[in-house]
Amino acid sequence: MADAKAAGTETTRRGALAWLLGAWGLFGGACAVGAGAMGRFLFPNVSFDPPQTFKAGYTSDFEVGKVDERFKAKYGVWIVRNDEEIYVLSTTCTHLGCQPNYLEAEAKIKCPCHGSGFKPTGINFEGPAPRPLERFRIVLAEDGQILVDKTKKFQYELGQWDQPEAFLKV
Amino acid sequence: MGFLRDLVNAIFTGPTLGPVLIFTISVGGVLALLRWYRVLTRPKVAGAALVAAVVAFALSLGDHNFRLIVAKPDNVPIVMLFFLVGFFTWLALRQAALNDERIEQGKPPREAEESEKSLTWPDLVYIEFLSTVFVTAALLLWSILLKAPLEPPSNPTETPNPSKAPWYFLGLQEMLVYYDPWMAGVVLPSMIIVGLIAVPFIDPNSKGSGYYTLKERKFSIGMFLFGFVSLWCTMIILGTFLRGPNWNFFGPFQRWDPHLLFPLVNVDLSEYVWVHWLGVGKPNSILLREMPGFLAVIAYVVLVPPLFAKRLIPVDIAAKIRGSGLPKALGEVLAAPFAAKAFFAEMYQRLGFVRYNVLMLLVLSMMSLPIKMVLRWTINLKYIVSIPEYFFNI
Repeated sequence: MADAKAAGTETTRRGALAWLLGAWGLFGGACAVGAGAMGRFLFPNVSFDPPQTFKAGYTSDFEVGKVDERFKAKYGVWIVRNDEEIYVLSTTCTHLGCQPNYLEAEAKIKCPCHGSGFKPTGINFEGPAPRPLERFRIVLAEDGQILVDKTKKFQYELGQWDQPEAFLKV
Repeated sequence: MGFLRDLVNAIFTGPTLGPVLIFTISVGGVLALLRWYRVLTRPKVAGAALVAAVVAFALSLGDHNFRLIVAKPDNVPIVMLFFLVGFFTWLALRQAALNDERIEQGKPPREAEESEKSLTWPDLVYIEFLSTVFVTAALLLWSILLKAPLEPPSNPTETPNPSKAPWYFLGLQEMLVYYDPWMAGVVLPSMIIVGLIAVPFIDPNSKGSGYYTLKERKFSIGMFLFGFVSLWCTMIILGTFLRGPNWNFFGPFQRWDPHLLFPLVNVDLSEYVWVHWLGVGKPNSILLREMPGFLAVIAYVVLVPPLFAKRLIPVDIAAKIRGSGLPKALGEVLAAPFAAKAFFAEMYQRLGFVRYNVLMLLVLSMMSLPIKMVLRWTINLKYIVSIPEYFFNI
């Protein structure tokens, strides 16, 4: 003990606190840097997600009474044209989010996960899906093409399908 | 043979008859086992059942479509499950039958006479060593003979049809067909776990500890067999072998045709009541619209437990029916609900208010699953309470 004092290596109370503070400071700093890096990770430089808004061609590209599957793979929507209007249906099942298939021969949309069935209008009529498929905003762009905007959705059970941009009169 | 195959296919294809029949067989089987377990677990009877099952299975393997599903590497464990669950149920009930006979003769159970002690070395270590060797060999063989189903990288735009969960989740997936996700995925599974944890606190019966018996623990074992075999295992088997493309029911020897069409229109209870029965159209107010459903659910949860707990009629109706000179089987069936009622009244006396009601809540939530399943299969009932506006469906 006496030798240690003489050599000046004895740990004092103040010294221990300084060490403690330094160590925790370093640890906290490292954690902060790690958290920052993690946060940065959530905002990638390049996003390969397809844009939420896209042009889908002219109204004449869509046949009356057909469910158009061209935009299913990339944008996750069906574009349907009936006698009066064109509307955009989400391809996400409202039960648990699987992607249903459109069965053309039976004219229905059927989910392979739990058997939910929807009419081409999006109305649920069989299986467990609790509500109809969602529709997306559809308007005409300035160049006359159809503009689909997936950031705004219209839900039938909330009475939103009658709203102006939920469908396109043709 | 071809005729039989077509008959089976005709019965099991479609949304109504097949599932109802399978469920009836599995519930009826468990009930029969509980009632006549001493006869049914005799080695000759059980052996005959095993032989019949194996022969039926082997003959079915001759069918191309059956083989396609049964021999799929994913599904091989379910075939094993079918036989293993049967075997272990038999094993336990057989020992229970032997013990119950001894107890009736005034003798202690076999476990009390046979010493259960054995030496760690060499007995236990030898067994463990041999088991390790055999299990390793079996797993090696299995992995060589049945290829792991490696598939191409996942593609979010292409959902396989049918999309099946791993086999141990198929019961859950089947539950999700009948109930809303929050109910089938959250409430009911939590109830199963909490309920299993609560069993020792609900059940004060100390009998059956350390030995097999059915007579002294009929209710507990019956409830377990119903929940595990009649519901869980049956749903796994339904989901594995009979659910085909578009999640339709297919016969066991039928080609899985993705274009096979079943006209199915599911109807909520509110629509049945307001539109079909009263003919007035659904009211605009959500609360009024769903009132029939709320009343049904409240009646089920709140009224059933006290109804079963009280002795409404002082006469023992079950005994009267049994003694009324009806054919024996008919008398048994007619007397069963009254006997159950008397049984629950007696249980209320035994367990007291709190434990009885906790038990009933667990039993009722378990029974809500088969009730909803049968309603969906028979009258296409979709939801009893259906409020899609607020994501609340029962």
